[in-house]
Amino acid sequence: MSAWTRVATPPETGVDFGPGHKILTSRTGRFTLRLELRTMLVCSVLAIAGIALALYALATGDFTLTLGEVVRTLLGQGSEQSELVVLTWRLPRVLMALLLGAALGASGAIFQSMTRNPLGSPDIIGFNTGAYTGALLVILVLGGGYLQVAVGALAGGLATAAMVYLLAYKRGSQGFRLIIVGIAFSAFLASVNTWLILRANLEEAMSAAIWGAGSLNAIGWEQGVPALLVTAVFFAAAAALAPRMKMMEMGDDAASALGIRVESSRLLLMVVGVGLTALATAAAGPIAFIALAAPQVARRLARTPGVRMAPAAVLGAVLLLASDLIAQRAFTDTALPVGVVTVSLGGAYLIWLLIREAKRQ
Amino acid sequence: MTTFLQRPAAPRAAATPEAEPAEESSGLADSNTSRLSGLLLALAALCAVVLLSLAVGAKAIPPVEVFRGLAGSGSPENLVILNELRVPRTIVGLMVGLALAVGGALIQALTRNPLADPGILGVNAGAAFAVVIAVAVFGLTSIQDYIWFAFGGAIITTVAVYVIGSRGRGGVTPVRLTLAGVALGAVLGGISNGITLLNPAAFDRMRFWGAGSLNNRTLEMALTIAPFIVVGLIMAFFCARALNALSLGDDMSRALGANINRTRTVVIIAVTLLCGAATAAAGPIGFIGLMIPHIARWIVGPDQRWIILYSLAMGPILLLVSDVAGRVVIPPGELQVGVITAFIGAPVLIWLVRRSKVSGL
Repeated sequence: MSAWTRVATPPETGVDFGPGHKILTSRTGRFTLRLELRTMLVCSVLAIAGIALALYALATGDFTLTLGEVVRTLLGQGSEQSELVVLTWRLPRVLMALLLGAALGASGAIFQSMTRNPLGSPDIIGFNTGAYTGALLVILVLGGGYLQVAVGALAGGLATAAMVYLLAYKRGSQGFRLIIVGIAFSAFLASVNTWLILRANLEEAMSAAIWGAGSLNAIGWEQGVPALLVTAVFFAAAAALAPRMKMMEMGDDAASALGIRVESSRLLLMVVGVGLTALATAAAGPIAFIALAAPQVARRLARTPGVRMAPAAVLGAVLLLASDLIAQRAFTDTALPVGVVTVSLGGAYLIWLLIREAKRQ
Repeated sequence: MTTFLQRPAAPRAAATPEAEPAEESSGLADSNTSRLSGLLLALAALCAVVLLSLAVGAKAIPPVEVFRGLAGSGSPENLVILNELRVPRTIVGLMVGLALAVGGALIQALTRNPLADPGILGVNAGAAFAVVIAVAVFGLTSIQDYIWFAFGGAIITTVAVYVIGSRGRGGVTPVRLTLAGVALGAVLGGISNGITLLNPAAFDRMRFWGAGSLNNRTLEMALTIAPFIVVGLIMAFFCARALNALSLGDDMSRALGANINRTRTVVIIAVTLLCGAATAAAGPIGFIGLMIPHIARWIVGPDQRWIILYSLAMGPILLLVSDVAGRVVIPPGELQVGVITAFIGAPVLIWLVRRSKVSGL
């Protein structure tokens, strides 16, 4: 990397670009790397918080370990008992919480940027409702275990996303039409879901509702390893698409003037966004609100002009891990589905941010 | 991010995709005479639907018998069915339908977001939360007992959303109102969900209340909610003209002499009264508040006075048709009206948005 130049905006143009952003740029030949300092700082702080939370989650529970023991176990020098507790039981769940949270946060950023609407999320194009329909059909009508439910959810979600895209496609897909069709179609499927739950007996309906709230209770290594591999691929694709996403926020015309193939980029972004959500939903059920709240909260923390993928992903990871800890520990006798906590926690945080933002004005 | 929410007006459907821009803003009916005749047509259709709602059910009553029964003669059996079941049910349905549709029209005009529905101010989440408390904590079991809880929950939540959304220098802005509503709704929804998942009896009651139904409604309930709906309607008509000014954008409407903050406050009170009362009486019924204003706008163009009048006539049509359909699809049982509205409404909305010429973002 050649020498970093440090640019402080707003430049001396007399135009007010809002609060200043310190930006690092580096050019080597064809490539330019731009790093927003505050965004990087926020990401780092969040990442440290995530690691601290992860260590806490690994150390505490019914069987408490010291921090030293946890680190030693992770390095492969622990006792047999601590290896069982930390590596076999707790680590997959912690890793999956971080991973799925990041996936949800990133996909939320993609959809909000693409639709340019703070309410945009994969939930809005009906993905999660469709996944719930698929899972309900498997649980209530066909009957099946974890794997069958995951497959059903995946099939339902993908079929719904494809339907919404096709129904909204008419000489190109438009952000706005996509949202309306998505809302209409998910309202339709939500009715189907309500009906399926109404006609089931109470016990089955409740187990379906617990799946529908999203839960990490059934996660072990067998689910974790494939999920890790798939997410790695999607995250690489997302990182490659991130610069285009920023350009497309300026509008289709401006983006194509800057050399972006808008229609194919939008399709790619949608595939990545849906893929990330699909993974999370198949593994843990439709965990609500992280995709909606993480990009907005991250945007306010990093004070970026639009939503950004990286801080949204890191924040999503921290949020899901924290929620899962609360869900497991809040009630001693029953573990709540994590989705119940993400909604309350994320919502409360968003309210606090809105109030604070108003005070600062 | 906010571009979409701040677009000056909701998209209007044109007669054909190739219509001239000038025609685009005026809707299908472009003179007051044709708008008036359309309204009379809608009212005639509403009368027919009311008759249908009185006649159709587990025991069909021929129209002639319906008239005879309403006049006080006819067979005693029919009299009981009409007076005890169908008349109260139809009256509640009429009021709920018009309240939701007018409330939806107001909230879309206020937030200038075509995706807004009464639920966005937290009405449904607040009402549901209060009913969960009524069921799980106070052990109430009858719909009569829920009604004040639901109404109170809806009002308190909307006031809280308004307070959060209006803090800061700018006063109430649509974007902040929307985000505050979504955030608070999520928190309350998460807590309700958590409570019901830990309490099977409450879960069982809530899955039926949450579907939205007109079954077992009494004349007494209709009388309870009527004053609120009447006041809400009067306020709606009172501020319709100011909403027209508001649709031009904040600066322009201020220049025209509109008092923006007063209009917004009045509109929010009207929406709370209308939708709070409707949800208290029938449970959360989605889609009417979202869809009917779109269709009204498609027919009459952007004038709020006409949109409110048309919503007034068409909301009950969709609700009563859905209710009648719910009585006949799975004899001898009934399907909740809240399940049916989206079944009928979603395909219509998708068809509308595909045929209309919506502008890009």
